[in-house]
Amino acid sequence: MSDTVLVIMEQRDGAWNRMSFETLAAGQRLASELGLAVSAAIPGQGIDGLAKELATRKMERVYVVEHELLHDYTADGFAKALEQLIRKVQPAFVVFPHTYQVRDLAPKLATRFNQALISDVTGIRTEGGPIFVRQLFQGKLNADVKPGGPAPWFVSIQAGAFNGEQVEAGSAEVEKFIPNLSAADIRQRPEAPFRESSGAVDLTAAEIIVSVGRGIKEKDNIGIVEELAKALGAELAATRPVCDSGWLPIERQVGSSGQTVSPKVYIAVGISGAIQHLLGMKGSKTIVAINKDANAPIFEVADYGIVGDLFEVVPALVKEAESAMAAHV
Amino acid sequence: MKIIVSIKEVPVRDSQLRIDSGGRWIEDGDLSYEMNEPDAYALEEALQLKEKHGGEVIALCAGREGAARIIREALAKGADRALHIEDEQISSWGTLGLAHLLAKAVEPEKPDLILTGLQSDDLGYGQTGVAMAEILGLPHATIVMAAEVLNGSIRVKRELESGWFQNIEMPLPAVLTIQSGINKLRYATLMGIKKAKSKELKRLTAGELGVAALSTATIERIYPPQRVKQTQMLEGSAREAAAKLIEKLRFEVRAL
Repeated sequence: MSDTVLVIMEQRDGAWNRMSFETLAAGQRLASELGLAVSAAIPGQGIDGLAKELATRKMERVYVVEHELLHDYTADGFAKALEQLIRKVQPAFVVFPHTYQVRDLAPKLATRFNQALISDVTGIRTEGGPIFVRQLFQGKLNADVKPGGPAPWFVSIQAGAFNGEQVEAGSAEVEKFIPNLSAADIRQRPEAPFRESSGAVDLTAAEIIVSVGRGIKEKDNIGIVEELAKALGAELAATRPVCDSGWLPIERQVGSSGQTVSPKVYIAVGISGAIQHLLGMKGSKTIVAINKDANAPIFEVADYGIVGDLFEVVPALVKEAESAMAAHV
Repeated sequence: MKIIVSIKEVPVRDSQLRIDSGGRWIEDGDLSYEMNEPDAYALEEALQLKEKHGGEVIALCAGREGAARIIREALAKGADRALHIEDEQISSWGTLGLAHLLAKAVEPEKPDLILTGLQSDDLGYGQTGVAMAEILGLPHATIVMAAEVLNGSIRVKRELESGWFQNIEMPLPAVLTIQSGINKLRYATLMGIKKAKSKELKRLTAGELGVAALSTATIERIYPPQRVKQTQMLEGSAREAAAKLIEKLRFEVRAL
């Protein structure tokens, strides 16, 4: 009965990962356009409350995949439990939020069904069969990807691609699914998650952020963006590669592995706009991009763009900003 | 310990990409290629683990004939030998087919550890390492930021979202996918480049490995992404563009 879209919801310690609802919205849309039913699964332990909440959404069933060995995520435990559920439900599509946990889990699960995961999907079209849109080359190009081979087809949905508020309300039946798991099945021994030196720099409070990417070329050049930040009264931020290289401390990193910011103005200097970075800043009210490559993906989200050499543009901006601020006072 | 590092060639970062006449892939004939960045970090991690624990590092690459360049780079940096699964149509294999190819080449080596980058800078599916682990029946961990070899097991630091991390221990042999920034990349030395010439580089083919392509997802069309915003481009000299921007920020955005 391959007539179901099965959405795998993610939670930790009884709290939803908000991307789960974005994924549910995607699943509902895929199902309604293809004339399929939606069901959702929540793997974990002690999740009856979450199941109750989910049962107020429009879908056929909520599967509570419950086991004490699913309290903490492990690739082995979750893959075995969900494999059993998928063999029972026999869905046409299994849809995940593209979280870090899913990046660890879903390819393993898909491989078990002789399938590849269509990961990090930003859009779904259904004319003439389902087509999943995803990015290639760090966002420089998009691709239409068609699932192939026998179902189930595995898909993960990128953060922010669908609106979690648009999940249709309704009601669903809750069904408990107790997977057959034993401790010997699980080879990974997870320890408690932790944070490192958090809160040293809180970029989320900044009104203006000047952010710098690889285009700055070397550590010695950081000074020119520091000056711009100072002239504008802005906080200085950076992309992951800049922090990885030790040019700025990791506390200043914006992106999916760093801070998520939405300042009034975000000035991206020498940042190409890889998706991992865009996820951390695309909620900014006004985005300015300064980049030498007119085709850089950063311009897709920019309100104002300057195509040019940052080593000329940034010093000019400092000068203009300083005289504007002086005139202001 | 015996470590295999799976590396891939991708177009250099600033390549101007053009869509080919078929509309399903890029014009890749005249592009320059480099080692996928996360794979370079995986190679460095393997070399550092070898320096600490002894053993052997084997570079593994499925790619076109031209991919021999990044394989020689791996040898020059310190890998002891290399396996090159040569296929001019490597991108047509799909991620699952590719994982099967790599797994078949890995199997007879019986490594203690397999490392690869967490994703590629071209397709970016981020699943080759995990799929390979599943095919080989090995435990895995992804998005690894530190790795410590213990007695018969490995303890890794995994990156989670928003600045969170988690340590995980698992028995060896295992597969890890490495995050960029886990270590500091080394350059090949002149001596290394010289030595690399005499190191073993074994060529394999899909036919020899007995792996056939699998039918999974296919790319139907590629195209430039649509702009989600109407971008006002500020033209002119650096000075003119800068003056325009400050004016916009003051009077349109009212942020200054």
